[in-house]
Parts: sequence; structure tokens; C-alpha cells
Amino acid sequence: MSRLRLAWRKSLNAVMLSLTGVAAFAVVSILFLILGYLLYNGGKSLNWDFFTKLPKPVGETGGGMANAITGSLKLLLLAAVMGLPVGLMAGIYLAEFGSKTFSFVIRYTTDLLNGVPSIVIGIFAYSLVVLPVKHFSTFAGGVALAIMVIPITVRSTEEFLRSVPGSLREGAMALGASKWRTIATVVLPAASGGILTGMLLALARVAGETAPLLFTAFSNRFWSSSWSQPTASLPVMIYTYAIAPYDDWHRQAWAAGLVLLMLVLLANLGCRLALSRQGAARSV
Amino acid sequence: MASATHGKNAFAANIAAAMRVSDPTSAGTQKEARVRFQISDLNFYYGPKQALFGLNLKIPKNHVTALIGPSGCGKSTFLRTLNRMNDIIRNTRVEGEILLDGQDILQMDVVRLRRRVGMVFQRPNPFPKSIYDNVAYGLRINGFKGRLDDLVEHSLRRAALWEEVKDYLKKSAFALSGGQQQRLCIARALAVDPEVLLLDEPCSALDPVTTAKIEELMFHLKDSCTMAIVTHNMQQAARASDFTAFMLDGKLIEHSETSKLFTTPTDPRTEAYITGRFG
Repeated sequence: MSRLRLAWRKSLNAVMLSLTGVAAFAVVSILFLILGYLLYNGGKSLNWDFFTKLPKPVGETGGGMANAITGSLKLLLLAAVMGLPVGLMAGIYLAEFGSKTFSFVIRYTTDLLNGVPSIVIGIFAYSLVVLPVKHFSTFAGGVALAIMVIPITVRSTEEFLRSVPGSLREGAMALGASKWRTIATVVLPAASGGILTGMLLALARVAGETAPLLFTAFSNRFWSSSWSQPTASLPVMIYTYAIAPYDDWHRQAWAAGLVLLMLVLLANLGCRLALSRQGAARSV
Repeated sequence: MASATHGKNAFAANIAAAMRVSDPTSAGTQKEARVRFQISDLNFYYGPKQALFGLNLKIPKNHVTALIGPSGCGKSTFLRTLNRMNDIIRNTRVEGEILLDGQDILQMDVVRLRRRVGMVFQRPNPFPKSIYDNVAYGLRINGFKGRLDDLVEHSLRRAALWEEVKDYLKKSAFALSGGQQQRLCIARALAVDPEVLLLDEPCSALDPVTTAKIEELMFHLKDSCTMAIVTHNMQQAARASDFTAFMLDGKLIEHSETSKLFTTPTDPRTEAYITGRFG
């Protein structure tokens, strides 16, 4: 009896171990499959023209996505300028000032905002910015992305501020620093590495967003001449080119996918590297 | 308007202080030393929970007063009321009167109070800045205009750290050892030239050699500074202090000259504690 039970327990153990192992392996392999496939397909279509030339008219092969790359960077710049300060300030409020109930409400709302489908945020920005002026614009796309950047920045800023030991705050206050002085001169500098990393990750996250741009920044086959003009962006170009019936467009969509992924991946890796190095320096 | 109220309060406080000199309930064992802090009927609450019960105590100028007692007896809480560090904690309440040179600190601007009453914490808490910037911090936030270099050097010398760090002033304070960090924190507190230095178990995280250094430092600081130290180490209280207060469950049990408290305590609970029967 007990022998049977032992055998059962051991086999159950083995089954569960392999199940969890397979799932873990699947998670990793998905990333590598995507990477490998993109590298294979995108790599052979990537060339210098892709970074420097405008899209060619339908029917002509060649050309590039220079306007979409610049467009994506412009959109990210707008998202950063509008979203990051709001996120940073709100994060400081949550970590340092907020009362218990009010903070709970803000934190909960922030998490909800973070979970709002990006297409809904697109509609919101559309009715807020596009409808009143009756045309798509880079600015509208920036607003949509900024709204998405805010909740991520709020929460990461709050986390990193909370990880600053309370003894540092006490030390500064015991020297006669006011609360704001303490935050500005001791707490924020101590958390700056983490906060910046969180901000970069937030930008990297929205860099790949397509849905909110579809009806805000729209797209553009030419250079976007001003912030009030629609602009091309990498994710929207990937979408447009991938569903088009031309082989040459598919080729370019792969290349765009590779470029976008590389940008995001590099930002991600760079941040994590910087953060771990800072963490190591602090623990010395 | 603000200064008028301030002056009025100071006046009232002076009268109150003058009247309380003959108060028989407060410890009357001090030598002729002048009083720096006078605490009367101090109650303290964390939310609904009372942590200090009717404390009456005088802390004499240019002496070291040690606060001893078992964990949780309220000695740290008491120390932190003296520069109102407890203000940071939500839902706390102070009752009673704490006079610093005759002025009620509860009415005082908290920033000015903390400039006059510095604090050193249990664990060294240098800022993630250079050694120099750590010491200069208090001066900078207080808008000090003048030669920072000289004051930084002077403060580090007072904290007996200058010789060890003078060539590394731009290095991160985290590169220092624990004992050096604690002396850096003392230097940082001394830089704003406080009248009182509160030390909350400053040696509990340090080895005996470093502890000896800090005790020696305290001895030299007496010329210019009044000190109150919370300690769990009775030898330290006996070695480094002039007066000792024994607390138990938020109440002050006994307060007298250190030599007297450790040799001929009047309260049986004090005797039980210092002979190691509890706590």
C-alpha cells in the first residue's frame, strides 16, 4: 500500500515537473521563434534604402520607410513630453504624499487605465483631438500614446520611490529639510536610475502600439510637414503593408517589424543593464 | 503677525519655565548645570495607543543624558519627540510641554527646531552622494552662503573622520565602512552647528572599536553640544553619560546622575533592570 503510494507520489511529481518545464520552455521559445523568423525574413529585405527613402508608389518596387521611422520618433517624443511629467508627478504624489484612501483610489484607477484596450484610448484621443479640428494629426497620435505612457510611468515611479529607504528621508528631515526639499534633493536622486528606466520601458512599450494610431496619427506616404499633419509610423506601416497584396510590400513589412523590434529590444536591454549596474553599485 | 505670536508664546513659556523650577515632581538631582530641555507632563499617542505617560525630565546643557530601558519602553519615541521627528508619522499626537531654552518646541517652526536639534540614527543613513555633499547637505538646504569647504572640514574634524577621508571627499559615502558612515552622519548633523544632538542607538550596528571612537567623540563634543543618547548597552550608558534616565512601559521610572543610578538606584525596578534581571 505505502509502496504504491510512494510510486504514485513520485510519478505525480515527475509529471508536474515536466509540465511546468515544458510551459517555461514554450515561453522562452516563443520569443526566440519570433526573433528568428523576423531576422530571417526581415534581415534579407533590410537595406540602406529602407532607412533613407520614402515609400514608392504602388506598383514600383524598392523605396523605404524613412518617414515612418521619423514619424514613430516624433510620436514618441510627443508622448514623452506630455505623458512622462504627468506620470512622474502623480507617482511622486502616490509614493510620498497621498492619504491612504485617496491613494488607493488613484492607484486602482491607474491600474484600470493601464488595462484599457489601446483601441479605446485611440477612440478617446480621436474624439478629443481629431474631431474638433476635423483632421488627423501627429499631435493626436502623440496624445493617444501619452495617455498610455502615464499609468505605466506612475506605477514604476511609485515603486522605485517606495524602494528608497525611509531612513534617508528621516536623515534629510532631521537636518531641517522640508518635505519637498527632501524629495527633490535626496529621494528622487536616489531613485533616479529606476525612474528613468521605468520611463524608457513605458516608451518602448507604446512604441509598438498600432491601434491608437490608426485614427489619430493615421498614416502618410510622404514626409509629415508639421505636428498638425498626419504622419506615418512603423507599426501602422507594418499593418498596412502586411495586409496589402504585393510581395514587395510584405518584404518591407518584415523589415519594418525587425527594425521596430530591435529598437524596443535594445531600449529594454539597455535599461535593464543600466539598472542592474546601478543596483550593484548601490549595494556595495 | 507671526513674530508677534511667537514672542508672546516665548514670553508665556518663560513664565511657565520659571514657575516650574520649584516643581517637586520633576527630577531634582541635576548639578548646577543649566537646563537645555525641560519636559513636562509629556504624553504621546500612536493613534489610540498611548506610548508615553506623563514624562517629566530635564536635560542639562553640555552633558550627555542616556535613556535606557527594555525594547518598546518608549525611549526612542521620547527622543524623537525632542526634534519632532514623530510629526512624520501619521496619526500621532503629543500632549504636554517641551521647552528648549524656555521656548515651546511644539509651537516652533519645525525646520528651525531641527536645525537646533540634530539627530543621528540607529543605522548609518548617508545619502547616496559624495562624502563632501553629505556633510554640506544641511548647510546647502539652509541657504548657507560662505566657504563650504572650511565648514565641511571643520565638521569632519569634529566627528574625528577628517584624517581618514580627507583625500576621498568626492567619493561616494557608500564606499565607507559602517563605523565611518556613522561618523559621517554625525559630521553631517554637526555641520549645521546644532545645540543638541540626539543619538538613537548610534552604536548598535557597530563593532566595539568603532563604538569606543564614537563614545570618545561624544566626550569631546560636550564642550559645544548637549547630547541625549538612547542605548541598549548599559556599559555604554555608564561609560559615556553624565545623567541616566530609566524608562519602563512608557513611564520614566528614575532619573539621576549616572554614577548614582548605576550604584544606588532608588527604585527596585531600576535595580532589577541594571542588574540584568529583565529586559
